[in-house]
Amino acid sequence: MPLLRIDDIHLSFGGVKAINGVSINVERGSIHAIIGPNGAGKTSIFNCISSVYKPQRGAVYFEDRKLTGMKPDHVTHLGIARTFQNIALFHHMTVLDNLMLGRHQFLKRGILAGGIFLGPARTEEIENRKMVEDIIDFLEIENIRKKPVGTLAYGLRKRVELGRALALKPKLLLLDEPMAGMNLEEKEDMARFILDINEEWGVTILLIEHDLGVVMDISHRVSVLDFGVKISEGEPAEVANDPRVIKAYIGEEDDFLREMEAR
Amino acid sequence: MKEILKTHDTFPKLLVRNAETFGDRKVAMREKEFGIWQEYSWKEYHDHVKYFSLGMVSLGLAAGDKVAIIGDNRPEWVWGEVAAQAAGAVPLGLYQDSTLKEVSYIIDHSDASFVLAEDQEQVDKILDMKEQLPKVRYIIYSDPRGMRGYKQPFLLDFKEVENFGRELEQRDPGLFEKNVARTNYEDLAFICYTSGTTGFPKGAMLAFRNFLSMAANLMEVDNKFGKDEFVSFLPLAWIGEQMMCLSSALLTGFTVNFPEKPETVQENIREIGPSIMFSPPRIWENMTSTVQVKVMDASALKRRMYNWALPVGYAYSDAVFRKEAIPPLLRLKQKLAYALVFRALKDRLGLLRIRSASTGGAALGPDVFKFFNAMGVNLKQIYGQTEISGISCIHREGDINFDSVGKPIPETEIRLSDSGEILSRSPSVFLGYYKNPEETEKTLSDGWLHSGDAGYFTKDGHLVVIDRVKDVMHLNDGTRFSPQFIENKLKFSPYIKECVCLGNQRDFIASMICIDYPNVGKWAESRRLSYTTYTDLAAKPEVLELLAKEVEKVNATLPETTRVRKFVPLYKELDADDDELTRTRKVRRAFVGERYKHVIEGMYAGEEAIPIDATIKYQDGKTSRLRTTLTVRNL
Repeated sequence: MPLLRIDDIHLSFGGVKAINGVSINVERGSIHAIIGPNGAGKTSIFNCISSVYKPQRGAVYFEDRKLTGMKPDHVTHLGIARTFQNIALFHHMTVLDNLMLGRHQFLKRGILAGGIFLGPARTEEIENRKMVEDIIDFLEIENIRKKPVGTLAYGLRKRVELGRALALKPKLLLLDEPMAGMNLEEKEDMARFILDINEEWGVTILLIEHDLGVVMDISHRVSVLDFGVKISEGEPAEVANDPRVIKAYIGEEDDFLREMEAR
Repeated sequence: MKEILKTHDTFPKLLVRNAETFGDRKVAMREKEFGIWQEYSWKEYHDHVKYFSLGMVSLGLAAGDKVAIIGDNRPEWVWGEVAAQAAGAVPLGLYQDSTLKEVSYIIDHSDASFVLAEDQEQVDKILDMKEQLPKVRYIIYSDPRGMRGYKQPFLLDFKEVENFGRELEQRDPGLFEKNVARTNYEDLAFICYTSGTTGFPKGAMLAFRNFLSMAANLMEVDNKFGKDEFVSFLPLAWIGEQMMCLSSALLTGFTVNFPEKPETVQENIREIGPSIMFSPPRIWENMTSTVQVKVMDASALKRRMYNWALPVGYAYSDAVFRKEAIPPLLRLKQKLAYALVFRALKDRLGLLRIRSASTGGAALGPDVFKFFNAMGVNLKQIYGQTEISGISCIHREGDINFDSVGKPIPETEIRLSDSGEILSRSPSVFLGYYKNPEETEKTLSDGWLHSGDAGYFTKDGHLVVIDRVKDVMHLNDGTRFSPQFIENKLKFSPYIKECVCLGNQRDFIASMICIDYPNVGKWAESRRLSYTTYTDLAAKPEVLELLAKEVEKVNATLPETTRVRKFVPLYKELDADDDELTRTRKVRRAFVGERYKHVIEGMYAGEEAIPIDATIKYQDGKTSRLRTTLTVRNL
């Protein structure tokens, strides 16, 4: 049984067909990548998974529970966390507070108990802080723990956002272009973090990424979308040699071709 | 202190004693992890050392074997060192930022059979060179992060080895205690590899006698107490850190604190508020330039307060050091300046509780020195070398002279050779260089330690160090000058990070300057000057003028004959990875002279602009070609 099953979903906005019958199975414990040219419908799929969009046809299942139609916050309760293409953090809050906020849904005590900060509320806070400190240690962001997110460099913010998603203790992590706009060193760090999250923490990862070098290096399985349709799927090497994939990219991204030839 | 040494004369013995005396009641070490200062009592320190030591013994570590240690400052580093000593083995330290070449040279040269490597990064370095290192039998790591994919049988986790130790303890109870009792005052305790400004590193062999007699003698003139707090952030492979974290801490039982990350050092120092500190000039220089830059950014009121307070502080400390009576008005002003400015400044730097601060390892410019004393930080200069276990001279309380390095510590004799070289003799003088009898012979000829430094004594018995004997330069007209002296003055400028003065057998003094990238960058931003890289910024004509002003300021304090006549800003920072600096950040003059030969020749040939076509190596191993032109500025 796959961890996540996307079953023949169709999504259109007015006359625009964003997704036109896509099915993808994400196996438990894998790193699965979705690639495709701009506007292929990749982020729309993410939004269908987290139930922000409701597909007109088809549904998404997580551990055999139907996500489609659920409220988005219920989806996170089931163990799905995500990061966004354009960073979604609270800029005036510190790194630590942003991460603690990621633990918010696990807090059982109310505002009052939390405000008085006694007994169970305190124990709860300490437990959550421990969890968050583990993440800080893991992502090597000790030195910016108390810095407001707005003052940080872009690459670091991305890392903090990843940390915030991790704070949810997800079973499935959705990463929307985790490496966009990063320099080489930051990309290498991020790739290492993704591998470590997958291998050491056992989190299944579904990612969208444009940097094909990274995708081919770290993912176990790749699905290729074009104009809302899945045109290919398989192991990185298979996909890279698929003529349909090459065709989808021709004229649009020469880099892709060159990269494919080099392999 | 010397009383204790009669009964407990090695590091392991002292550890056992401290564990018995303090047990769980006193904190021996703190390490910040997960945002919290995690504490280890003397009992825990002892237990970790005990089981790790037995663990290595069960893996076949024998007396006389060598154990190499590489990594950031962590309790495991220190535990590993004392554990090796308890087993009769000899530890040695490697700088954590050493390159592959340096690491493999030292591990091979030292015949190390065990390597303690902190984490994946350090393990990788050794694995990369494993084939050239046939003598290495085990590599033990203390941070398992990222190590899951490594299946080599000779790779072990620190905790796993401690468990082996517990098993051995079951089979053979009392073995550790027996081993500790067997250690001797005269035993080889540690091999301290000195980076050296020339050639390959040399391994200075130091006995427990060397370390402990030095620490005890130093304490007679600069006391340390069990309640002291110390933050350990300089490489543990360096003799200064060995002296503080090992010999002094074991002797007095003070608490050693390890920062969370190299990047959080400043913050962690502030949290701890150490009472003792010992750092090379680089650290103090960095603090001064941070203060100077922050002041420029401060509000007008704060700036004015600072600009008023600093001269008051200078006047006050000058009067104190000249041992003059202090006029009541100045005393009052100093009190006010302290309340308004210096107290807050000290707090910011984490120096509020400092009782004794010292600087050593290289010369500190007098201006930096005055700066701290003006602020009320009791900064003292020390002098010594690895070969004398670190320290042979220190300023005494209330007897500080900005130019000198103070007086010899007890049991230490210092005299000058006919050529003016500083020679010393004490129980702390090392046993010799490991596997290098020629160098040993040269350094220890006629029973004196030859320092290679030129110096002289003042009338009141203070030692003044001029420079390395071989570094003292002569201009063509015979004028003698010390390049280091001029460089230190230049480096006091917040805009100058590093510089190299030239002029031996030349007509005048010229200098190559490396800008302080963050500070000059900030300066440029405040003037709306755009730049892209270090190279680009250093080549801006505005920056050239800024540097010219700074150099002229220094020139005004120098005698006419030894002023800097020409300088050129370099296109990159000098870097230890490029062999231009030693690991303790001293300039390798000969190497730099060779590498930048055409820049130097260009300056002396009177060229206005010097073309550069160089290959730059980045930290991740990539290289790129760089073409630019350096502008020579005449003064």
